[in-house]
Amino acid sequence: MKKEKKTHSALFHLVKRAPLPWYWNLAVRAAAVILALLVSAIVITLLTQKNPIEVYSSMLDGAFGTELRIWSLLQNIAILLCISLAVTPAFMMRFWNCGAEGQVLVGGLATVAVMMFLGGKIPTPLLLVVMIAASVLAGIIWAVLPAICKALWNTNETLFTLMMNYVAIQLVAFFLKLFVKSGSGILTPMPEYGLPVIGGQAYLLNILIVAILTILVYIYLKYTKQGYEIAVVGESENTARYIGVNVKKVIIRTLLVSGALCGIAGLLLVGGTNHTISTTTAGGRGFTAIMVSWLAKFNPIYMVFTTFLIVFLQKGAQQISTDFRLPSAISDIITGIILFFIIGCEFFLQYKILVSKSGKEAK
Amino acid sequence: MANKVAIELKNVTKAFGGKFANHNVNMTVNRGEILSILGENGSGKTTLMNMIAGIYFPDSGQIFIDGQEVVIRSPKDAFDHKIGMIHQHFKLVDVFSATENIILGLRDEKKYNLKEAAEKVLAISHQYGFDIDPNKKIHEMSVSEKQTVEIIKVLYRGADILILDEPTAVLTPQETQKLFAVLRRMRESGKSIIIITHKLHEVMALSDRVAVLRKGESVGTVITAETNESELTELMVGQKVSLNIERSEPQNPEDRLVVTGLNCTDRDGVKLLNNVSFTARSGEILGIAGIAGSGQRELLEAIAGLQHVDQGEMIYNNPKTGAQDNLRDKTPLQIRELGVRLSFVPEDRLGMGLVGNMDIVDNMMLRSYRRGKSIFLERKAPKDLALRIIEDLQVVTPSEATPVRRLSGGNIQKVLVGREIAAAPTVLMAAYPVRGLDIGASYTIYNLLNEQKKKGVAVIFVGEDLDVLLELCDRIMVIGSGSVTGIVDGRTATKEQIGLLMTKTSKEEADHQ
Repeated sequence: MKKEKKTHSALFHLVKRAPLPWYWNLAVRAAAVILALLVSAIVITLLTQKNPIEVYSSMLDGAFGTELRIWSLLQNIAILLCISLAVTPAFMMRFWNCGAEGQVLVGGLATVAVMMFLGGKIPTPLLLVVMIAASVLAGIIWAVLPAICKALWNTNETLFTLMMNYVAIQLVAFFLKLFVKSGSGILTPMPEYGLPVIGGQAYLLNILIVAILTILVYIYLKYTKQGYEIAVVGESENTARYIGVNVKKVIIRTLLVSGALCGIAGLLLVGGTNHTISTTTAGGRGFTAIMVSWLAKFNPIYMVFTTFLIVFLQKGAQQISTDFRLPSAISDIITGIILFFIIGCEFFLQYKILVSKSGKEAK
Repeated sequence: MANKVAIELKNVTKAFGGKFANHNVNMTVNRGEILSILGENGSGKTTLMNMIAGIYFPDSGQIFIDGQEVVIRSPKDAFDHKIGMIHQHFKLVDVFSATENIILGLRDEKKYNLKEAAEKVLAISHQYGFDIDPNKKIHEMSVSEKQTVEIIKVLYRGADILILDEPTAVLTPQETQKLFAVLRRMRESGKSIIIITHKLHEVMALSDRVAVLRKGESVGTVITAETNESELTELMVGQKVSLNIERSEPQNPEDRLVVTGLNCTDRDGVKLLNNVSFTARSGEILGIAGIAGSGQRELLEAIAGLQHVDQGEMIYNNPKTGAQDNLRDKTPLQIRELGVRLSFVPEDRLGMGLVGNMDIVDNMMLRSYRRGKSIFLERKAPKDLALRIIEDLQVVTPSEATPVRRLSGGNIQKVLVGREIAAAPTVLMAAYPVRGLDIGASYTIYNLLNEQKKKGVAVIFVGEDLDVLLELCDRIMVIGSGSVTGIVDGRTATKEQIGLLMTKTSKEEADHQ
């Protein structure tokens, strides 16, 4: 009898656990980060024979080493956070908007077009207004088009938004081909027509704008009737119909918000940072933002932390490759390990593992 | 043959998430016996059977078959021990015929020979008195035919111990009788049958012995002939429960909702409702009976503005203004704006009536969040309402901020019904409001419906248990295949009369009887 039990009972069971108190949540996540750093340290030592402590300090150095680096870190956080905020309402509604990349890019394209053709020809305040309007409008067009098709004909929004990205990239390429006289495809930056610099810090305005947007989006989602409707439509369209919500209207309206925020991100990137545009201006942030938003469980306040984590890892990893003349792959490995542990720990927050002691009765 | 133990469970325990679904359960089933397993929802009936059928593996405890300890790790192991389970939800391939489904996945030495298999299927049918066409496709079958296929599938594999999980839930009284006759014949041929049910009168009519589970523990096995319904209830619930539903005389009934000639079709042009006409009166409970899927849901959704209507009228007599409004082609929002106080407890609680991931407060405002001009939500009133419902209806919940999907079925329903009643309706529609609820919770719901009736609300109650419909309702409308086949008086009608009407497909056919 005992023999049979040994051979047949499973090694462990997975059991869904009751929600943990917040301090446990925090502790598990902290443990995940520490574990991730330890594992990365082992990997680094094995692969490169470098002292892992040095590698980590170089990472910190890359993110916080100089005043300029800190500003650059904050600026990158601001842009990524802005795009993450943009995709969040759509994702809460279960509208899989994979087109943030394109929406940001057309927002930027609209900005650069206004800078190029109206810069110096109309008074600066008016130029700013036109820039904002153009970028927001461009972002909205790119996001609302798939939303309308989804609402009316139930088209697949994932494919639609993804393909709109390519259209956006080609539009930018076409624009550069057409208007860059030298033919190099590189547009000379036009800082004189960009967003104003405040407090003597180039990026301060961007950071402030995104900080305000974060709070606004948080309030919008949590405390307004429209935010509530988004949540209901996302959870169950049947429930939404049952209480008389016009689902089509909510889909289009939400993507309007989503697109407008992407347009603003494009404005901040082009008007407030680069003052020029290229096909890689969005730099994959439209996709990273999806991860940021999910990791933060669609909560804009948590998103500040997840964005920080991701940008910090990117900046730190870049520094490692330059400091130690390692191929950039090594920094990707470290980023991968850390993300693996952080995402993986979610599993342990949801489930617990019971190892069955063979032969003995459980409890 | 009789009284030889076929299967014995000793101290079987299974826990999910630290909660015991079954705790030290002991049970025996003899050869040539029908054993009923009785218990409230969540008492662990299905979990226990799943362990015998190899779907779950017990955390501890032993299972003996014919005195030999066995280990059942998979449904295949179960079949090797001649155990077969007929699940509540059928697992059949729609485009295959009965025979194809029956031999699907069967691995024996013989060649794939449909004709031979069909003959064997017929032989089994004759032996036990089934009525089946082996070549009929599953999608052309009625629910009871599908169930027959499931049972033959198990017998074809040579099962001696059959487990049936709530087999009568989807059947008409006549089909139930037929099934019982078959089960009795199987018992005579020496098979052991375990049947899970929560309908007491079926337990009394069919089984030899009854095993009662309460909160995952076996509270005893009794011989059916030596017990009665109220004793079984007491064993099941742990306290005495009055099984009587009060029914008061309707006070000053007025025609509240007059439906005439309602026709609906689905996207493929299939008729869902065919010329449905009836009147719901204030201060009265109108029951709707019918085989599941006969158009009950569509009818209620059409009234609620959720189902497109091709033809017909739904006139609401407003008791305040005396106005007569046609609800046809109006959205739920427009209906509300007309001043029609229509509450609807839909069949799909978490998929339509409530949002599972939201807490009780946020679910309270589903209906009322639009109130006021502010763009911001007002959570004070919904919170008060949530607290009031939790207290009045004794909802068991850690707090009002708990997501409703974490609550038990009965408590979820209390939240939903509580919210719909709080809107002070003049018409209250409830679709299967006690489905999946235990006895205590069911009676709470019946009482709530009765209270509404006394307040002069026109209550429309779609139910599946005919005994309850006959005890609770003033009038019962029977629907068959989207047509009204009869409207009978709840005080004088019999179960057989309603059962017969359920199987008809039109009024004319019913009148011919």
